[in-house]
Amino acid sequence: MRTFDYKRADDAHSAVNAHSGQAAAYLAGGTTLIDLVKLDVMQPERLVDINRLAYDAIETTAEGGLRIGAMVRNTALADDDRVRRDYTVLSEALLQGASRQLRNRATTAGNVMQRVRCSYFRDGVSPCNKRVPGSGCSAIEGHNREVFAVLGTSDHCIAAHPSDMCVAMAAIGATVHVTGPSGDRTVDFLDFHKLPGDTPHIEHELGEDELITQVSLDAPIDGSGSTYIKLRDRSSYQFALASCAAVVALDGDRITAARLALGGVGTKPWRAADAEAALVGQPATREAFKQAAATAMQGATPYKHNAFKIPLARKAIVRALTDAAARARGDTT
Amino acid sequence: MSDSIIGAAVSRIDGPDKLTGRARYAGDFQPEGMVYAYGVYSTIARGRITGIDTTLAMRSPGVIDIFHHGRFPRLHRSPGTFAEENVVDEKRTPFEDDRIHYMGQFVALVVAETYEQARAAAYKVRVDYERDAQRAAATLAQGIEDNGVEHANDSERGDPAGAYDGAAYRVDAVYTTPVETHNPMETHATVAEWVDGRLRVFDSTQGVIFTRNTLSRVFDLDPSQVEVHADFIGSGFGGKLWVWPHCVATCAAAREVGRPVQFVLPRQQMFTTVGHRPETRQHVRLGADDDGRLLSIRHETINSSSPVGTVVEACGGSTQGLYACDNLRISHATAITNRGTPTAMRAPGAGVGLFALESAMDELAAELGIDPLELRRRNFTAHDQGADKPYSSNHLLECYDRAAEAFGWSRRTPEVGSMRDGDRILGWGMAACNWEAMRNPCDARVALRADGTASIHCASQDIGTGTYTILAQIASHELGLPLESIHVTLGDSTFPHGPISGGSWATATLLPAVAEASRAAIKKLKNYARNAASPLAGARGDSLVYDSGRLSDDSGRSATVAEILGAQSLANAVGEAHTGGAPDSGYSFDSFGVHFVEVAWEPEIAHLEVTRVVSAIDAGAIINAKSARNQVEGAVVMGLGSALLETTEYDERNARPVNSNYAEYLVPVNADMPDLDVILLDHPDYELNEFGARGIGEIGLTGMQAAVANAVYHATGRRVRDLPIMLDKLIDDD
Ligand SMILES: Cc1cc2nc3c(=O)[nH]c(=O)nc-3n(C[C@H](O)[C@H](O)[C@H](O)COP(=O)(O)OP(=O)(O)OC[C@H]3O[C@@H](n4cnc5c(N)ncnc54)[C@H](O)[C@@H]3O)c2cc1C
Ligand code: SF4
Repeated sequence: MRTFDYKRADDAHSAVNAHSGQAAAYLAGGTTLIDLVKLDVMQPERLVDINRLAYDAIETTAEGGLRIGAMVRNTALADDDRVRRDYTVLSEALLQGASRQLRNRATTAGNVMQRVRCSYFRDGVSPCNKRVPGSGCSAIEGHNREVFAVLGTSDHCIAAHPSDMCVAMAAIGATVHVTGPSGDRTVDFLDFHKLPGDTPHIEHELGEDELITQVSLDAPIDGSGSTYIKLRDRSSYQFALASCAAVVALDGDRITAARLALGGVGTKPWRAADAEAALVGQPATREAFKQAAATAMQGATPYKHNAFKIPLARKAIVRALTDAAARARGDTT
Repeated sequence: MSDSIIGAAVSRIDGPDKLTGRARYAGDFQPEGMVYAYGVYSTIARGRITGIDTTLAMRSPGVIDIFHHGRFPRLHRSPGTFAEENVVDEKRTPFEDDRIHYMGQFVALVVAETYEQARAAAYKVRVDYERDAQRAAATLAQGIEDNGVEHANDSERGDPAGAYDGAAYRVDAVYTTPVETHNPMETHATVAEWVDGRLRVFDSTQGVIFTRNTLSRVFDLDPSQVEVHADFIGSGFGGKLWVWPHCVATCAAAREVGRPVQFVLPRQQMFTTVGHRPETRQHVRLGADDDGRLLSIRHETINSSSPVGTVVEACGGSTQGLYACDNLRISHATAITNRGTPTAMRAPGAGVGLFALESAMDELAAELGIDPLELRRRNFTAHDQGADKPYSSNHLLECYDRAAEAFGWSRRTPEVGSMRDGDRILGWGMAACNWEAMRNPCDARVALRADGTASIHCASQDIGTGTYTILAQIASHELGLPLESIHVTLGDSTFPHGPISGGSWATATLLPAVAEASRAAIKKLKNYARNAASPLAGARGDSLVYDSGRLSDDSGRSATVAEILGAQSLANAVGEAHTGGAPDSGYSFDSFGVHFVEVAWEPEIAHLEVTRVVSAIDAGAIINAKSARNQVEGAVVMGLGSALLETTEYDERNARPVNSNYAEYLVPVNADMPDLDVILLDHPDYELNEFGARGIGEIGLTGMQAAVANAVYHATGRRVRDLPIMLDKLIDDD
């Protein structure tokens, strides 16, 4: 850990100001940031503590969605009655992430901004294009089982986006609210995280000194059922090997709307739009779900140790669609 | 009380201290003026250091000194023998030369005023390396390919090859197990301080005597000039039996800077410089007749070892005598990989050895079409053919019966995939457990004190298993005093010579010594009682009877310990004892047991869950029903981790452990817990010691992986011979 300077901000404006003009980092729950600072992987010269910022509420929007303050803790978001009722998939995704202690600290914006779990990134010495642009990617030919992607990868980086929450948000549809030196703006959630391409060190749409203030969720789809299925080696406290957020609405047994997003297999929270499109109008059957799963995983690239993720993700998709459809029907099981 | 306390379910007497934080672990000691050390670790696995630049680091705030091979006192190597009680696995002393043998080897040690300052400066030390032309061997396969196989030992009886060739049924299979890394909650920690040429160390160690002896050799001191303390240990599991480089480096640094130094090992370095369970490749061949009687067993093991010390994983140890078989061959060999040395990890040898043997037995049962439990019954032996002695006490058949009954084994249908629970396919598997019971010489001191309490002192330690508590139970039993009146003090090398906490022998070793010292204290009290100032003055020696803190003579007089000692202004009556090792009584001493496991496999989501485990253990007398059960349950959980999750992954290109943290190195979590049912047989083995206890720390781990693997086979038809059984080995492509 290197010496850094610490500033506590009271509002967004002073936070942005304190952040400007130096190698600074916003400090939210610190569960990603402090870890990486201790490992010497992130080396901010200044931490701007945003824990006093008033973005700690979950409000109902005019459009019938929810606006979630950047500082709302993962535990609070998961336990919110509106979230549990209207966005079950989000509550379930959060509750399967990390551990309760971590969720009690982790914030909404921090979760959106969490860094990859690739051990070559975290070890501070191996070649890694994300940590040291142009140094190479150690994972492509290295050990790449758990936290590596099969979708959206490039020759420059294959690290999976680790978040569960973001996968649910990608399925629900969301907007990221940002403030910065040149004012406020919004970014569509699906555009917020970037594919690695040949610039894996550029991970998101935030500009210099910009701060996330809120994330708003699209209105829930009427009569839909949703769920989050996370598959992994142990039952808790592990990032997804493959996960699926599914939202399904039915008319009788016919699918009228479907939202599908994947975790653990994509370099960003992965919305499977083609599979969704193929589902609409279909009967909610196992065949249709299997077809959607095949479509979603078409074009996936396996690496040495993670080829199993392709069938695993298909299984997660079929199970998530099955369960979401059952909920849409009103089955309680 | 004295009759019921042995075997009772007594809660740990140190529980409140641990809960309230009063219990102090090595890293909690802060001698006056203490400073902090932080390591710099090699980032290559094989080569040499060509330069170390500390200029920038030395200018970092708070830095006191930086040590490395160009700036370090000359130290001596420990002879490293068990007989001298100074074992080390890594033979080299730290910073001996510029050679790099493994990733994460100590290359420098920064000492600074605070921990953070030491760490910040350590990141600024610049080390240049030259890699050897030859690659670093990252895996056992690479080690065998690059460095060949070095034979360690073998033993043979009968004609195993011939008997195998003639056998009607055969199994020939290779089983592999990965490197498992020690990950107790408390990483290693050392606080070292020099006072007038004497060394005082607070260390997270399973052996204060061994650590003292080793350090005395390294620093060329008389053992009496070294003091080692370990009041509480955040668990050991074998990883803290011997001295590792950080401990030596910290002691040396403290001498150089003239101030006490504290070192706490970062979690990542648990994966490099402090030992691990080695990778094994085990070739098992079994031959049996039509009835399933074993005609031939061969169990040949190669394990990964290290350039800085050879450690042999004795996988075939249990195979020697668990089953009746006249033709047998066991062999062990090693191959050098560029890793730090392996070391003992809970149930070294049998821990992974029985994965191979007990998986092979299951394969044989399938070949024969015999129930796997029945196959084991048919091959039971009460005679240890390995040592050619009868077992002192072997109740394995009763273990089988009772655990099978509790599990409901008779309802098992043998066909693969034939048992279901809704969408899930159930698999039932079983495997035997075995662990050698050992006992070592031991000294102890017990004092009956004027305040009516008693104290126990011994240079052993409680690594979290409950040693404090069972010693109090034994003294309570011998002295007839309530448990609360017994004060047990361990973890100090200046106390009477005690054993390391390893090999499951602490209980069998310590109990007789403490009991004998207790009786010696009573005897001493009787001597004092006859003195003139005593209320029992003039009593005839043999007329005095001790009962529950009170002496009585045959003339109706009686006095308490307090009255007898108080009247003479004596503080205490002290008894000392020296007890021997395992008696040479013509018996083999082993513990036995069995695990039955149920798994539920859900192919639709490639999900495997262990739902039930029933274990029956024959470990002699149970001294504390609570801590004994706790030991077996803990071992079962650790065995589940070994079966399903644990594996240290090395990058094959450079021998770097890649999952070196608590998030990515997987061990079971609470949510993974099955229903656990532990049956403790509690048949005393008086041949080993007067209490009939054999120790229970390790046996519960043995056989677990095989029981799980066998259940997985029964559910899925997949025979996984390569641990851990992760879902990628079971998933179908559907
Ligand atoms: C052991 C472990 C296991 C985990 N397991 C899981 C898991 O299973 N699933 C999962 O989804 N996650 C998991 N996590 C990750 C966890 O969810 C994230 O660490 C957490 O959400 C980050 O939130 P935070 O508030 O602590 O962020 P911080 O650590 O404070 O910040 C993270 C990053 O975001 C930036 N940042 C924070 N707030 C803002 C803002 N308002 N505007 C702009 N930038 C900002 C920071 O500068 C920093 O770069 C795990 C973490 C750990 C340590
Ligand atoms: S996968 Fe990405 S994060 Fe990992 S080493 Fe390659 S570039 Fe770095």
